[in-house]
Parts: sequence; structure tokens; C-alpha cells
Amino acid sequence: MLDRGNTSVAGRPIADLAFEEARPEVRPVVGQNIRIARDGRLLLDVDELVVSGSGMTVLMGPNGAGKSLLLRCLANLVAPDSGTITWGGCQPDRARAARLGFVFQRPVLLRRSARANIRHALRAAGVSRGEAAERADQALAAARLSHLSRMPARRLSGGEQQRLALARAMALRPECLFLDEPTVNLDPASVAAIEATIIAAGRSGTKVLFVTHDSAQARRIATDILFMHDGQILERGEAARFFDAPGTAAARAFLAGDLVGEPGPEHRVRTA
Amino acid sequence: MHDLTNAFAETFGLLVSLDADLLEIVGLSLWVSGLAVLIAGLIGVPLGALVAIARFPGRWAIVVLLNAMMGLPPVVVGLAVYLLLSRAGPLGPLGILYTPTAMVIAQAILVLPIVAALSRQTIEDMKLEYEDQLRVFGMGPRGMVSTLIWDARYSLMTALLAGFGRAVAEVGAVIIVGGNINHVTRVMTTTIALETSKGNLAFAMALGLVLVTIVTAVNALVFSLRHTATRSAYA
Ligand SMILES: Nc1ncnc2c1ncn2[C@@H]1O[C@H](COP(=O)(O)OP(=O)(O)OP(=O)(O)O)[C@@H](O)[C@H]1O
Ligand SMILES: [Mg+2]
Repeated sequence: MLDRGNTSVAGRPIADLAFEEARPEVRPVVGQNIRIARDGRLLLDVDELVVSGSGMTVLMGPNGAGKSLLLRCLANLVAPDSGTITWGGCQPDRARAARLGFVFQRPVLLRRSARANIRHALRAAGVSRGEAAERADQALAAARLSHLSRMPARRLSGGEQQRLALARAMALRPECLFLDEPTVNLDPASVAAIEATIIAAGRSGTKVLFVTHDSAQARRIATDILFMHDGQILERGEAARFFDAPGTAAARAFLAGDLVGEPGPEHRVRTA
Repeated sequence: MHDLTNAFAETFGLLVSLDADLLEIVGLSLWVSGLAVLIAGLIGVPLGALVAIARFPGRWAIVVLLNAMMGLPPVVVGLAVYLLLSRAGPLGPLGILYTPTAMVIAQAILVLPIVAALSRQTIEDMKLEYEDQLRVFGMGPRGMVSTLIWDARYSLMTALLAGFGRAVAEVGAVIIVGGNINHVTRVMTTTIALETSKGNLAFAMALGLVLVTIVTAVNALVFSLRHTATRSAYA
């Protein structure tokens, strides 16, 4: 799905077709010759990345590899020093932005109730008041958060906040869903529930780009893998092949649980 | 000493009997300062939000100016508004000098920088946290401003209350543009100054007590807003 130049668009749920047809497509999300350097250090150096079609791409790599930065770049939140990002063949624009869902490594919840968080996102995307309320309730129910719908979102537990952030992103019915470590604080049951939700989304036509350090999780959910190290995509391809025979020493070390590339003083690893 | 004791008794009497003159003055004070804060809020909050969100050359100068203007001396504001509204001034033909309208204008100008500067600070801090998420939702500047204003509502209400506290307790501006005319432009602070100088301590003290009570109530409201905000993690 992530091979160069692949621009296929997979089938989408029938019910959503009319709704989506009226809107500009965000797929394929394409980054070309993306470079970002800070303080003389190359943080991101990606020649080409095409995110298209559907299914689950898992982005792996050690802390500080540039995973979050790459996602933020593709989502048009960070302007690269050089290179171009296109959405559906065009310059990124606001009309397409809502078609690209993004759950950040640290979820940002508004100072409103859980339900109002989802409703507000839907309203911002142009969904009518009545439909927004309905879809917010459906999204909460699907995330098993209905009993907390009136709670101030920021009073929810860390895991509940993550589930709410994901439910909010899903409620927008994105074509493309970027998830930056969405299950790190969750209990096993919630992890399983979220994985099931995301896999279902991937099967029904959404393209999911999922960041994780957990190779067991990656094996469970990935259709293909991107492996990043030091700002570069070192490996890309089918998940099974990657896990059976990683092509680079860095990936082998990462999967074996070793420290990848001793971090020298000039690239201290840090969480975004 | 005897005089003072009498004065206290009289003060008490005025308060308990809800003296008509007293009520009129308190009422005008609340009305003038309330309206001034309303106007300052309607202009100051969006202005603060705009400065918080927009990126334009010279923005820092506006931020510095707004912050500096928070400490404007009321008499200076009074003088400036007087010059505007006096017969020879540019707005002289309106004929509103020495009316409650003039007092509202002066106090609104006094409160505006406070509201705008505090709003700018609050909204800019919140924008740092929200911006990426709101952009992911496909929101433009207008949607961002309204989202940020709503989510900053508790802090913004606190800023408005701070502005009200400053307006209602201020003498310098209202006395210059209002003129302290009996039954027309007399508010609590100006009346306290006048009655004290006339030796009518009971009336002055009664008003002083009311004023202190109002200011305390405003602070209690600020406290309870903060408490509500913190409890629901909206602070
Ligand atoms: N604005 C910035 N200025 C300077 N350095 C930055 C900036 N943003 C990110 N970095 C650096 O870029 C590197 C990659 O960061 P990024 O957050 O993408 O890592 P990551 O792969 O997501 O790591 P993690 O697994 O810990 O989340 C880090 O070393 C970080 O310090
Ligand atoms: Mg990260």
C-alpha cells in the first residue's frame, strides 16, 4: 500500500459514499524530498512516501527517530525546510484537513464534556447540529464511553482520554487516520478493543498509519511496515516479510529489543 | 467621639432602611460600571483573541502597549475623555459631558486594556496547546477564535470581573467626566469623596460599606469561578 507511486483507492462503506463523494479527497497523502533540520541535525530526511489505499501501515522506530515529526509533516502541521506535501494531488487545504484524522501522542481534549468534544469537531467539519449530536452519541457508544458522555473531558482518566480522542477522530469518518501511539496507556481490554476498531476501519476503506514501539502489537495489526531510524525510512514493505527478515541492522536490533544506534550527545532521544 | 458614635448609628440606619438616595447612587454605580465592563468585554475579548492568534509585524508592540495600558491612571483617562467630550472637543456636539454616558465611556476605556491584555495572554497560552488539533479539524481563524474564547471562558470571566472591580472602585475618571451632579452622575466613590469633605460621615460610611461589600463579592465570585473551573479541569 505504501509502495512508491501507488495511488489506488479502496472501496468505502456504502452508507458513507454519498457523504464522501461531495468532498475533495485527501488521499493519496504524498511527501516528496522532505527534509527538516534543526540545530545542524537532520531530523527528517524522506525522499518519497505515498500513503494511499486502505489498510494498516505500522510505523516503527526507536524514540526520536522522527515518527511523530513525519506524521505532523504529512498532516501539514509542520512545514518542512524543503520538499513538498500533497493531498489528493493538490496543495493541502482546509477543506481536506478534516478528511485526515490525527490522534496525537498526547491527546488534546477541549475544555468541554466528552460528548461536546466530538460534537464540536463534527460541527467544525460542517456537519449539521442534529446529525452531529447523533453521530457523537454513536461514537461514544462505539468507544464504550457513553456513561461518561457528560463528564468534563479533561477529568477522564488517561486511557479514557485516549479512547475519546480516537472516538472523536473516527466520528469524522476520515479517509486517512494517523495514530501516534494511541494505546500506550491502555489496559489490555482497551488495547484489544481499539485494535479491533482500527482494524475494522482499515478493512472498510480507511487508511491507517499507526505508530507503535510494540512489535507484538505491530505483528497483530500491520498489513505493512515502515521502519524509521534517525529521520530516515530504512525499511518499508509487507509486515510478514519485515518481521521474518528485517533488511537492516537497525531494524534487527530494534526488533531484538536492543538500543538502536548508540545515541551520541548530538542526538539525544526525547519524546515529542 | 460622640459624633463618630452617632455617625455609626446613622450609617446603620441608612443601610437598614434602604435609604432612597443611597440606593439610587449604588444603582447608578453598578449600572455605569456594569455597562462599561460589558462594552469593554465585547471589544476587548475579540481584540485580545485577534492579537493572540494573528501574526503580523509589530504585534509585539501592541502586546506591550496593551500590558502597559492596564495601569492607566483613572484621572488621565478622565482627562482624555473630558477633552474629547468638552464643548470644544471633537465629540463636543454630542453634548454628553456630565452624563452617565460619559462615565460609561471613560470606564470602558479604563477597563478595555485590562480585558484585552488578560484575554490575549489566556488565549495565546491556550492556542499553543490547541492549534494543531484545531487545524486537524480543518478550522480556520474564525472557528479557532470562537473555540478558544469558549474554552477560555472561565479565565475570561475572571478578567471581566477584575475589570469590574477596578471600574466600580475608581474615582478619578468618573468625577472628571461625570461632574458628581446630584441625582444625575453621583456614584459611590464620588459621593464618598464629596460627603466626607462636607462632614457627612454617616452617608459616606454607608456607601463605603456597600462598596467594600461589592468588591468582596466580586472577589468571592472570582474565587468560586476558579474553583468550578479547576474542579472540572477547565482552568
Ligand atoms: N521543533 C523541533 N525543534 C528541534 N528538534 C525537534 C523539534 N521537533 C522534534 N525535534 C526532534 O526531532 C526528533 C524526532 O522527534 P519525534 O517526536 O518525531 O520522535 P519520535 O520518533 O516520535 O519519538 P518517540 O517514539 O519518542 O515519540 C527528536 O530528537 C526531537 O528532539
Ligand atoms: Mg513520537
